[in-house]
Amino acid sequence: MSTDVESGAISGPPAPVRRGGRRFAGLRRLAEFLVILAFTFLGLLAITFFIGRVIPIDPVLSVVGDRATTAQYEAARIAMGLDQPLPVQFVHYVGDVFSGDLGRSVSTNRPVADDLARVFPATLEMATIGIVIGVLLGVPLGVLSAVKRGRLIDQLIRIFALLGYSVPAFWLGLVGLALFYAGLGWVGGPGRVDIFYDGLVDPVTGLLLVDSLIAGDLDVFFSALDHIILPATILGFFSLAYIARMTRSFMLDQLGQEYVTTARVKGVPEWKVIWVHAFGTIRVPLITVIGLSYAALLEGSVMIETVFSWPGIGNYLTTALFNADMNAVLGATLVIGTVFILINKLSDVLYRILDPRSRT
Amino acid sequence: MSPKTTGLSAWLTDDAPASRAQANLGRAYDIFRRLCRNPLAALGMAILLVLVICAAFAPWIAPYSPIGQDLPNRLLPPSAAHWMGTDELGRDIFSRVVHGARLTLLIVGLVAVISAPVGLILGAVSGYFGGWVDRILMGITDIFLSLPKLILALAFVAALGPGIENAIIAIAITAWPPYARLARAETLTFRAAEFVQAARLAGGSHARVIGLHILPLCTSSTIIRVTLDMAGIILTAAGLGFLGLGAQPPLPEWGAMISRGRAFILDQWWVATMPGFAIIVVSLGFCFLGDGLRDVLDPKSGDKA
Repeated sequence: MSTDVESGAISGPPAPVRRGGRRFAGLRRLAEFLVILAFTFLGLLAITFFIGRVIPIDPVLSVVGDRATTAQYEAARIAMGLDQPLPVQFVHYVGDVFSGDLGRSVSTNRPVADDLARVFPATLEMATIGIVIGVLLGVPLGVLSAVKRGRLIDQLIRIFALLGYSVPAFWLGLVGLALFYAGLGWVGGPGRVDIFYDGLVDPVTGLLLVDSLIAGDLDVFFSALDHIILPATILGFFSLAYIARMTRSFMLDQLGQEYVTTARVKGVPEWKVIWVHAFGTIRVPLITVIGLSYAALLEGSVMIETVFSWPGIGNYLTTALFNADMNAVLGATLVIGTVFILINKLSDVLYRILDPRSRT
Repeated sequence: MSPKTTGLSAWLTDDAPASRAQANLGRAYDIFRRLCRNPLAALGMAILLVLVICAAFAPWIAPYSPIGQDLPNRLLPPSAAHWMGTDELGRDIFSRVVHGARLTLLIVGLVAVISAPVGLILGAVSGYFGGWVDRILMGITDIFLSLPKLILALAFVAALGPGIENAIIAIAITAWPPYARLARAETLTFRAAEFVQAARLAGGSHARVIGLHILPLCTSSTIIRVTLDMAGIILTAAGLGFLGLGAQPPLPEWGAMISRGRAFILDQWWVATMPGFAIIVVSLGFCFLGDGLRDVLDPKSGDKA
């Protein structure tokens, strides 16, 4: 929306393509993309660094303890590099992060990077199933809503989608647990797997559903499926809401175009007009939408994981928050932020590659 | 709302307003009338009106004290005496939900008052001056835009310490970038317009042009965006409250109330569910109103998304 306004107002007619510019356009775009990515990532690092410095908790005290002498305190301060100017500290911090050193967690007493590598697959597994549910239900609902515009079914789908913007995820999780686990007994409770299956399968990928299949242990597989289905569905509902809303909006744009009328006049069957002609043109922008909502799910899983005691990165983050374990908090923030940025920017790039109109 | 031909309605719908105030009020009245014709928007306005009334008259509406404990009557199910039941300290949940409206309004109000002007000014300055100012300001905005909001807010609250003020600050820090983007895009459309040049020629300073001529033109799209964002702000605030990082006990904040009810969800479901309904209804109200406002103020988008 905003880009239309910008380009229309300021640049006027498109600038003539410079000779030679065309040949390197792809390379230049790649370089531009990498520079933007690098700056965004540095921005994220600057924010986590800043948060790490404004915290009221003294990082030196948490290492030496509050009974240390002034000399010990000063020695530790210098050893940790905290006597140096902030820009120098920042450079060190960036260097540490790039060499995979996120510090040590106070509560687990292990390197934060190791902890994060251990918990991340659980989040990835849940978010992936969530996005699959969101796409499989959200896209058809959005198309249906656009085709039946203004009818009762359209209003119902719109309100259903708006609920995705209005229901707190943690509340839906609690109600879901009370209803489907405690009340009806349809699904497994909190955690990734029933307690007596815990640790039976060797972690290969860290994705329990995949690992149990590799090990050929179907009992574990079904137990894991039983446990993941409720949190993943609830998580998927939030992406469903966004995807359905955007699909409806894109479809309405297309269905109002003249080529759709032309196709109808020519006698093309209605299902073909909708699914081949109109839907064919919105596939590419939908990819961006799906990418964005996938990234949002990784973030949204924080609340769901807390409610379902899901041993993923969100749970790790909130546990660390309560233990004032700042290294773990910032490490988790950094990892979620990085994945978020990467998915965001990649779906942007994918859009440009797949959409013929954006090629110059 | 039947159209009258005399009196206040005629004054408001006058084709030739005699003063600026009349023109502005007339426009507001026109928007209001069109909102009322949109059923969902009217519902949204009604919900928010109820919220404001609850917040303003909470002590008179609530039948019990929101913090007074009544241990013999703990965990009572919903009944005529306690419409939403009582919690683990015997406090009436309905009274707490009504008083919670004050906290919710306070949070969304303050976040909007802090983040919208900051975003507007940054965006307008960026679009107006262009060049390096634009590149640097929009670079920072884009960085904030591409970071996960909830996680950032969590990290900020973790650093600042739990509490409702810090939650508001943390949410505001993460909420301004969309407004900056929006204001920049709008500013670009009339940066080169004749009225801006005329104001400059008449000797108006850059600050005057931005403040008096450009920013007022960005307000309607910002109001739509802020209204649509309100639901997200409420959910984030409730999430922080749920994690124990927002409003602290005994404040009747809805998210914190759900968190307290978590322990009783299987047997005393009403403790956790009732405040959730309040959150859903209010968030939906903002969504409905935002959608309606967009349809009315921004005819381009029609009734699409």
